[in-house]
Amino acid sequence: MRAFLRNKKAVTGLGILVFFALMAIFAGVIDPHDPNNINFTPLAHPSSAHLLGTTPEGQDIFSQLIYSSRATLIVALVTGALISVVQLFMGVFSGYVGGWTDGVLSTITNVFLVLPGLPLLIVIVAYVQNKSVTTIIVVLTITGWAWGARVLRSQAISLRDRPFMEAARMSGEGRLRIVVFHVVPNMFGVLAANFFGAALYGVLTYTVLQYLGLGNISQLTWGSMLYEAQNDTAFLLHLWLWLLLPGICILLLGTGFGLLNFAVDEVADPRLRRNDPVRSSTRTTQTGGPGTKPQSTTTIPLVPPPPGELTPARGGT
Amino acid sequence: MQYLLRRVGLLLLTLWVALTVNFALPRLMPGNPLELMMGKLGAQGGQVSASAAKAIAKAYGLDNTHSAISQYFTYLHQTALGHFGLSISEYPEKVSTLIGQELPWTIGLVGCAVVIAFVVGTAIGAMAAWRRGGFFDSILVPTGVMLQAMPAFWLGILLLYFMAYRFGWFNVSSTNEVEARQLASLSGLWAIIQASILPAVALVAVSLGGYVILMRNTMVTVMSDDFVKFARAKGLPDRIVATRYAARNAILPVFTNFALSLGFVVAGAIAIEVVFDYPGIADQLLAAVEAEDYPLMQAIFLIIVLGVLLANFISDIVYVFLDPRIRIGGRS
Repeated sequence: MRAFLRNKKAVTGLGILVFFALMAIFAGVIDPHDPNNINFTPLAHPSSAHLLGTTPEGQDIFSQLIYSSRATLIVALVTGALISVVQLFMGVFSGYVGGWTDGVLSTITNVFLVLPGLPLLIVIVAYVQNKSVTTIIVVLTITGWAWGARVLRSQAISLRDRPFMEAARMSGEGRLRIVVFHVVPNMFGVLAANFFGAALYGVLTYTVLQYLGLGNISQLTWGSMLYEAQNDTAFLLHLWLWLLLPGICILLLGTGFGLLNFAVDEVADPRLRRNDPVRSSTRTTQTGGPGTKPQSTTTIPLVPPPPGELTPARGGT
Repeated sequence: MQYLLRRVGLLLLTLWVALTVNFALPRLMPGNPLELMMGKLGAQGGQVSASAAKAIAKAYGLDNTHSAISQYFTYLHQTALGHFGLSISEYPEKVSTLIGQELPWTIGLVGCAVVIAFVVGTAIGAMAAWRRGGFFDSILVPTGVMLQAMPAFWLGILLLYFMAYRFGWFNVSSTNEVEARQLASLSGLWAIIQASILPAVALVAVSLGGYVILMRNTMVTVMSDDFVKFARAKGLPDRIVATRYAARNAILPVFTNFALSLGFVVAGAIAIEVVFDYPGIADQLLAAVEAEDYPLMQAIFLIIVLGVLLANFISDIVYVFLDPRIRIGGRS
C-alpha cells in the first residue's frame, strides 16, 4: 500500500477519481440550476448566471456537465465490478481448477475475445426495448469481460503449482475455499488492475453508446450531452465549449482509471517500474523460483498468444 | 499443424456463435420479427407483394409453419449461400448489394489506420523502452494512457470542427458526393483520399496508445533478459542490441495484439464513421439500426465479425512463421 501511494500515477489517478466522485455526490450543492430545466433563455452566452451558457432548448450547460458525472461514474464502477466478478469465475476459477472445466470455459473466453464487442453491443441494444441503466450495464458486461479473464487465467495457472497451494490442498481444504482464500488474495494486484481496466472500458463504451443515441438518451451523461450537441448543430452555433467540455470530462475520468490500472500493475510487477536501479536484482527478489514467477498483466508470456492488458481499454471508442 | 487446426476450429466456433446470436436475438424479443418487418415496409408505403413477403420469410427462416430448429437450419443454409435478404429501409434493394457498395470504404480506412498505428506505435514504444527513465519515456506513459482514454468520436468531432469547419483545411463534404462508380477516376480517388485523411488521423491517434504502451512494457521485460545482457557484454553496438535482440523479441506479443485489437479499432471506426458521415459499413450499421432495418443490420454485423475473424486467422498464420516455438510445437 505504501508503494502504491508513493507511485505518482496512482496518486494522480486516485485524485481524478475523488474529484469526480465529489462532483457526483455534491452535484446539487455545486450547481445552482436544475439540469433539466428548459425555461432559461435559449443560447445565452456564458455569464455568471450560466457559466457555460445555455443550449438551444434553454438548458444550463454547466448544470448538465456537473450532473452527468453521476450516471457516468455509476455505470463505470458497477460495470467494472460486475466484469470483475465474471472474470473471477471465467478466469481465476477455470485456471485454478484446470482440466475439463477449464477447457470449456477458456474456449468460451476465446470466442468472446475475437467477437468484436461494439458491433455485438449495437446489435443487442437494437433489439432491447427497455433501455434502463441496468440493462445497459448488463450488456456492457456481456461484451467486455473476455480480455481480463484471459489474463487472470494465466495468473491463476502460475499460482496453482506453488508450494503454499500444495500445502493448502494437503490440509484438505476444498477447491472453492482455496480459490477464495488463497488464490484471490495472492492475485489482488492483478484483480485491482483489471477492475480499473474494466471501469475504463465501461466509461468509454457507455459514452459511445450514448453518443450514438443507442443508450438511454433521457439519462443525462457526457455521452448524451455530446449527442445533443451534435444534433443541435453546436458546430454552426459556435458553441464549441459544449462540444469540448463533456469530452474533456470523459478523457479525464478515463485517464484516472487508466493511470490506476497502470499503477497497480507497476506496484504488482517491480520489473515495470521506471526508476529501477538494478535490473537483474528485481528478478531475484521476486517471490517464487524461476518458472513459478507470476506474469505481469501488461507484459505477456510469449506463447501461446494471449492479449495484452491495457488494450481492452480501447473497447469503447 | 495442430495449432492451425485449433485456430480454424475457433474461427468456425466464433462464426457459429455470431450466427446464433443473429438468429436468436430477434426471437427472444417480444413481437414477431416478420410482422415487424412487414409493418415497417407497409408504413413506408412500399407495396409488399405476397412473393416478396415469402422471400423475406425464407431468407430469415421466419415462416412459422416450421419448428424453431428447422427455421434455424434454414437460416444457416441461406446465410451460407450469401442470401441476406432484402433491405427494409431501401426496399427492394438486396442487402448484399448495399453492403458491397460501402465495404471497400471501411476496409480502406480501418486497414490503413491499423497498419500505421501498429508501425508507429511499436517504434515509439521501443524507443521509449530503450531509453527508459528518459524524458521521452516519462511523458510517454501518461500520454499513452490519455490517448487510450480518449473517445475516438470526440477527437473526430474536434478535428472536424477545427480542421474542416473553422480553418477549412479539409473539404469533408466531398465524402457524400463521391459515388462508388467514381472510384476509378482520378478526381474520384482524390476525393476519397481527402475525405479519408481526417477520419484516419483520428483513428490512428486513438489506436496508437495501446501499441505504444504494450511495446514499451514488453520490451522493458525483454531487456532484462540474459540474452540481451549477453549481447551487450559481447560489445555489440547499441543499435543492433536494440533492434535485433530486444525489439525483435518484444514485438511478438504486440503482433498478437495487433490482430486481437482489430475488434477495438473497428469499434473506434464505427463512431468515427458516424461523426464524419463517412460512407462505410459502420455508418450504414447505425443507419440500419435507426431505421429498424434488421436484415441489413444483421448482415453488417456478420460481415464485421467475418472480417475480424479472417484478419485474426491471417495473423495466426503469419505468427507461425514469426515464432519457431509454435512450429516445433514445444511448450503448450
